[in-house]
Amino acid sequence: MGKSEKKRTLIQILAAVVCNGYAAGFLQGKIYQGDQKFLCVPGLNCYSCPGALGACPIGALQAVLGDRRYKFTYYVFGVLLFFSVVLGRLVCGFLCPFGLVQDLLHKIPLPKWELPRKIDRPLRYLKYVILAVTVVLLPLTLTNAFGIAPPYFCEYLCPVGALEGGIPLVSQSESLRQMIGGLFYWKMFLLVLVVIASLVIYRPFCKYLCPLGAFYGLFQRVGFYQMEVDRAKCDGCGRCEKTCPMQVDVRKNINGAECIRCGRCKDVCHTSAISSGFRLGPGKAEPKGSMAKEKNIV
Amino acid sequence: MHNTDIRGYFKYPLLILSMIFIFVGLLRQEHLVVLKKAVNICLECIGVG
Ligand code: SF4
Ligand code: SF4
Repeated sequence: MGKSEKKRTLIQILAAVVCNGYAAGFLQGKIYQGDQKFLCVPGLNCYSCPGALGACPIGALQAVLGDRRYKFTYYVFGVLLFFSVVLGRLVCGFLCPFGLVQDLLHKIPLPKWELPRKIDRPLRYLKYVILAVTVVLLPLTLTNAFGIAPPYFCEYLCPVGALEGGIPLVSQSESLRQMIGGLFYWKMFLLVLVVIASLVIYRPFCKYLCPLGAFYGLFQRVGFYQMEVDRAKCDGCGRCEKTCPMQVDVRKNINGAECIRCGRCKDVCHTSAISSGFRLGPGKAEPKGSMAKEKNIV
Repeated sequence: MHNTDIRGYFKYPLLILSMIFIFVGLLRQEHLVVLKKAVNICLECIGVG
């Protein structure tokens, strides 16, 4: 592991600990109930995790949209937009606890695998469908007799709730254990599937399923945090693309929605052509006659 | 000399918009819905609801 990768892992661990710092919750099998828990954390972190000090933005979005008094949530969309514009998917690379879980699983030495491009590329759009349908449309439209909707994504798809909330709480509470049914086994099945996939594929949940990563990716190109490839320095060797665990077309689309800002491409660039950072002014425009064409990049 | 990309300025209006949204949401007391959900164990989230 390179020096900056180690640094990233340390920041990820620190972020996960800060987001889930209520140690008493783990010991006593209960959750934190402080008044400031309406504050959303940037990453996907279940608010029913015993340690969680803040709210999950995706859970919060469904909670307000599924409440009969609201047809739109300014608060949660505002928070999501704020994180998107300021950090974008830097959140995914550095701050999201479930990103860390998948990163650690992928470090286990087993044969690694990438989906063929023909399958991988269309499948990347699935997370947008999940965001639109299970997080926004269903909570707005499929309500019960009282006009209230359950959090569809949390209930049927999210493996994070099962991992962070389900396992620690159910293992410590007899009354919760008595409530276990088909839904619990379904969620455990999904969790096991994501865990197994993460051992061989880099961040399968982030690539294909996560509605939060989908949202953050939408504004990446216009956000404060930008990466740049200096075309004058790049010699077209392609190491960056071979290294990128998210299979980003680094030289063509480094600020696209799929880059999680891990910085591996920057580390391997032997001409130091790749830079990153917070930009207060405008970035540099890609000149006409793209670098790809000039340097034989497909 | 590089051309500057006009999209590089979109971030400021978006940042301001996000803050206005948060403010309006707080006025509409949407955060109380989030709080209520967050301080009670979400049975759907953990898979028993
Ligand atoms: S894509 Fe989702 S789960 Fe993955 S790191 Fe980003 S927010 Fe977390
Ligand atoms: S493009 Fe670079 S920073 Fe982005 S995911 Fe790939 S290796 Fe990481």
